[in-house]
Amino acid sequence: MNGIFNYIDRESPIHRLTGATKLVCLLLWSFAAMMTYDTRLLAVLPVISIVLFIVSKIRLRDVRFMLGFTLVFMVLNNVLVFLFAPQHGVSLYGTKHVLFSLGGNYVVTKEQLFYHLNLVLKYLATIPIVLLFVCTTQPSEFAASLNRIGVSYSIAYSVSLALRYIPDIQREFHEISQAQQARGIEMSKKQSLVKRLKSAGAILIPLILSSMDRIEVISNAMLLRGFGKNKKRTWYMGRPFRKWDILAMMLCALLLAASVWLNARNGGRFWNPFLA
Amino acid sequence: MKNNSVRTIVAVGIGAALFFVLGRFVAIPSPVPNTNISTQYGLLAFMAALFGPVAGALIGLIGHALIDFSYGWGIWWSWVIASAIFGIIMGLASKRINLADGEFSTKEILTFNVAQVIGHVLAWGLFAPVLDIVMYAEPANKVFVQGLVGGLANIVTTAIIGTLLCVAYAATKPKKGSLKEEK
Repeated sequence: MNGIFNYIDRESPIHRLTGATKLVCLLLWSFAAMMTYDTRLLAVLPVISIVLFIVSKIRLRDVRFMLGFTLVFMVLNNVLVFLFAPQHGVSLYGTKHVLFSLGGNYVVTKEQLFYHLNLVLKYLATIPIVLLFVCTTQPSEFAASLNRIGVSYSIAYSVSLALRYIPDIQREFHEISQAQQARGIEMSKKQSLVKRLKSAGAILIPLILSSMDRIEVISNAMLLRGFGKNKKRTWYMGRPFRKWDILAMMLCALLLAASVWLNARNGGRFWNPFLA
Repeated sequence: MKNNSVRTIVAVGIGAALFFVLGRFVAIPSPVPNTNISTQYGLLAFMAALFGPVAGALIGLIGHALIDFSYGWGIWWSWVIASAIFGIIMGLASKRINLADGEFSTKEILTFNVAQVIGHVLAWGLFAPVLDIVMYAEPANKVFVQGLVGGLANIVTTAIIGTLLCVAYAATKPKKGSLKEEK
């Protein structure tokens, strides 16, 4: 039941960085990867992230499940893109080098394959770094980090509450679901879609109504303790920045700068090798 | 800070946790392979109707971002933002519905469902695909078909689960003016 956020406690330089540092780095890194379609930068990022993985002592075995899930998603997305727009690459890069035809509009071009390569590289550039963040950041430190990077503390506290109550609500959902199944509710494929939705309702209604009571109890408890009285608050899991934190953030800022610079040099988001 | 805002903060936290659990574990397999019917939008519509547009936006934002995080593919911002937009629209449109006072009959059911259809059409038919094109440079026809299919499925689930939830919740609240002084 636990381990949705799969924090793995090991002793490594990446674990030693504060949560706020890792969050800032994650944001800088993913913006750098999101903004550009420059293949050269997108090819370097996965290599760095594999090195970081080795440094963090997180093994492939630890993230196998999440990795598999994401790879399936990546393949599906690529197939969909090709099915819907087999000529998307041609319109992006402005040239057409036909390799072979699959009939009809489905002509495989170098440009299209190059576009797919970029899409795949984009996934490979972001997935490992997100996994790394999830595996090396303690959930309770995450909320403190949000506040540190400037998110208002009430929103950071909402996130922290959500992370705190996900396991509870999950357990309650499981209990209600089993109780209702014992009373004859069926959610398997044998039922029609509308019936399945209705039986989902039979589980969700008790779950959500009891959560409404929970909201009352928690907000009363917080009010009693004077939550929201001061403009600032401290966090149990907050840690001060050290030398390595500053260095890590500067390196990631450099990556973002590289991405912006490449976009400016390429005169757009795409690096076009076909116009050489 | 007033009492109400503490309640909103907690509602956002619990709402996002519920959104996460429903999105991750209560996926109903649909006839189309690899597409699950997401029940969480019924919840989001209900929470937004009850707690207002700010809570609706934050529940959609945080809940959806946490789901994306837990799958490990990073945050697909365009769709996360679309969820938040649906929360805002539902919150704004439901200003006329007074759920907390136990009022949810035919007129309110109609308002709620018209609002959710408009909200889903705008969020998945307009915002999600346009943001996909702007942020990820994906082909237009692909993202619009994806958005419309997702939006339609969400309209159906919200109509059934959202309405059921509102009716059930309203039934637990005493109606305004339901008590009469004996003379």
